[in-house]
Amino acid sequence: MLLVLEQALNGLQYGVTLFLMAAGLTLVFGIMNLVNLAHGSLYMVGAYLATTFYQWTGSFLAGVALALAATLGLGILLEIVALRTLYERDHLDQVLATFGLILFFNELVAILWGRAALYTSLPAWLGGHVPVLPGVRYPVYRAVVIVVGLAVAVLLWGLVARTRLGMLIRAGASNRTMVAALGVNIRLLYTLVFGLGAALAGLAGLMAGPIYAVQPGMGEQILIQVFVVIVIGGIGSIRGALVAAIIVGMVDTLGRAFLKPTLATFLSPSAADSAGPALASMLIYLLMAVVLLFRPQGLFPVRAR
Amino acid sequence: MVLRSLIVGLFTAALAVTPVAAAETVKIGFITSLSGPAGIIGKHMKDSVELALDHLGRKVGGLETEVIYGDDQRKPDVGKQLADEMLKKHRVHFVSGIIWSNVMLAVAPTVTQAGTFMIGTNAGPHQLAGKMCHELFFTTSWQNDQTPEAMGKYMSDQKLTDVYAMAPNYAAGKDMIAGFKRYFKGRILEEVYTKLGQQDYQAEISQIRARNPKAVFVFYPGDMGIQFVKQYVQAGLREQTPLYSVYTIDEVTLPALKDVALGIFETRYWSPDLKNEANQKYISDFRKKFGYTPSFYGAQSYDGIMLIDAAVRAVKGDLADKKGMIAAMRKADYRSTRGAYTYNVNHFPVQNFYLLKTVKGAGGAAEMQIQKAVFEKHKDSYYKECGMKW
Repeated sequence: MLLVLEQALNGLQYGVTLFLMAAGLTLVFGIMNLVNLAHGSLYMVGAYLATTFYQWTGSFLAGVALALAATLGLGILLEIVALRTLYERDHLDQVLATFGLILFFNELVAILWGRAALYTSLPAWLGGHVPVLPGVRYPVYRAVVIVVGLAVAVLLWGLVARTRLGMLIRAGASNRTMVAALGVNIRLLYTLVFGLGAALAGLAGLMAGPIYAVQPGMGEQILIQVFVVIVIGGIGSIRGALVAAIIVGMVDTLGRAFLKPTLATFLSPSAADSAGPALASMLIYLLMAVVLLFRPQGLFPVRAR
Repeated sequence: MVLRSLIVGLFTAALAVTPVAAAETVKIGFITSLSGPAGIIGKHMKDSVELALDHLGRKVGGLETEVIYGDDQRKPDVGKQLADEMLKKHRVHFVSGIIWSNVMLAVAPTVTQAGTFMIGTNAGPHQLAGKMCHELFFTTSWQNDQTPEAMGKYMSDQKLTDVYAMAPNYAAGKDMIAGFKRYFKGRILEEVYTKLGQQDYQAEISQIRARNPKAVFVFYPGDMGIQFVKQYVQAGLREQTPLYSVYTIDEVTLPALKDVALGIFETRYWSPDLKNEANQKYISDFRKKFGYTPSFYGAQSYDGIMLIDAAVRAVKGDLADKKGMIAAMRKADYRSTRGAYTYNVNHFPVQNFYLLKTVKGAGGAAEMQIQKAVFEKHKDSYYKECGMKW
């Protein structure tokens, strides 16, 4: 039972990392109608920058702050230089262009930092374990990731639902021309939204850095799962992204942990050995297929425009 | 007018000469993983091929040589496409390389059925050592099971029991666990297969802690190894449950793992501290040229070029003489970085396997050192299923 709880925490931690990625991607897609495959590259850049800034400054928090600011800046720059021209084009052009950006960023990172994975170590105060319940100790860092992820979810909800900026963002998503006609600088608004999405991806990346290997191409590995999250949650919906990310995180982690023993109760051990891991890695895609079958718009579709 | 006919004449002469010159060029297609997380392994291999060519004066068997590199991206279908392209478009004489067993199982039959040599320099799936063995297939590495067999033997000798075994869910992962179980006499608590290329092992590590085994045995090559070992140590398990592995701690993963890997045991057929002339020359020239320490992936790729060189030399550059080259390769008569070895009937090496441990080296950095030989002249377990006779 304690093991199930620990695995649920693992699932939650994976889920909030996915959420930070999915939130940025879904914001950009839902509001700007831009398919940004290079979202994973911003995640990768966030991880690289945090690692580098941490090494330079010697302070983990300073590294995090600098990396966040830098990915925000990079996002804004990217929007102005490359993506602005793509809004009016169809999705295929956007996919091609942003796929090109993936190749560009992977190569750039490989040139600057080399192909070998970077190894980020944690400061001592983040390295230990905390008791969650009697008998369950959980890594401090992963607990911090969960807390930060959930806090960002609340902040983001507050921003979109309760502030003037959020109101403009929602209005811009429904009718761009009308908002512009009311005298709002929609171009600046889009730049800000994209920067915010980039910073969220950077945050996910820099938090994932000490857990995963920081290496060229790390963004694409997670991007596929993030797309699954967005499709399940409903494109453009922050709330959908949060719920779907946590469902996907849980299903993936619990599947890996418990599917094989469960199968072994009614299959032969060798059949469970081969079917378990194969099925566990398919589980989230099966989940997506089932959701699409019953709710093609996702779990929390954004209301019709 | 005279000038024009001269030019035409020169062109005709050049065209007539070209096919002859092409026949005298040895073409080697070298397929490895150059992009993505496994790209670092491919780099070790490619750099070693280049060093081998340098040592041979850029001439394999005394002939002009062209190496065409291909990036399989760790995908069997991409590997097979590349092999087809190298066979049909470039008309290579040898295909070599390949890191992953699932890629090898897609590529090797394609190559050998086209009547071309396949020189394996890493993957050694059991199918190719047994029923699918082929006279045109040679490897300068090992059969997958052999290395974990040595670890199974060592752990049995240490009277270890209640072991938790883990590997990625693909051809080599299954082979590694099968090999381990063949020589390990103690009890195995659990066998776990994870997704190939998985990055986060926290869920599996929670399971290990809950089962509380006496020891853990893993096979996690390249980037997977860095992740697994890092997270294993972060979870505080190293002090609680000793970790034994194959192809997990090596010169590819050590620069990232550093002291995290201290005290972890490996078995292997080769190590940078193996004392023989060919190996020491390879290591020192490699460090000089590329500025880092090569791994076994590199050593066996270097050997692959040297094996091809010996074969082409034996037939005096007559690349059509496949029988002659097969006979030459079977002698393994070249200076291998592992020292002298022989070939079994299935063209897999019969060689020693050593126990290695990660320790602090003379310079203070973590490095692997040979502790002792676990097996001497060790044959793989599948050669009897191979129908070849020689």
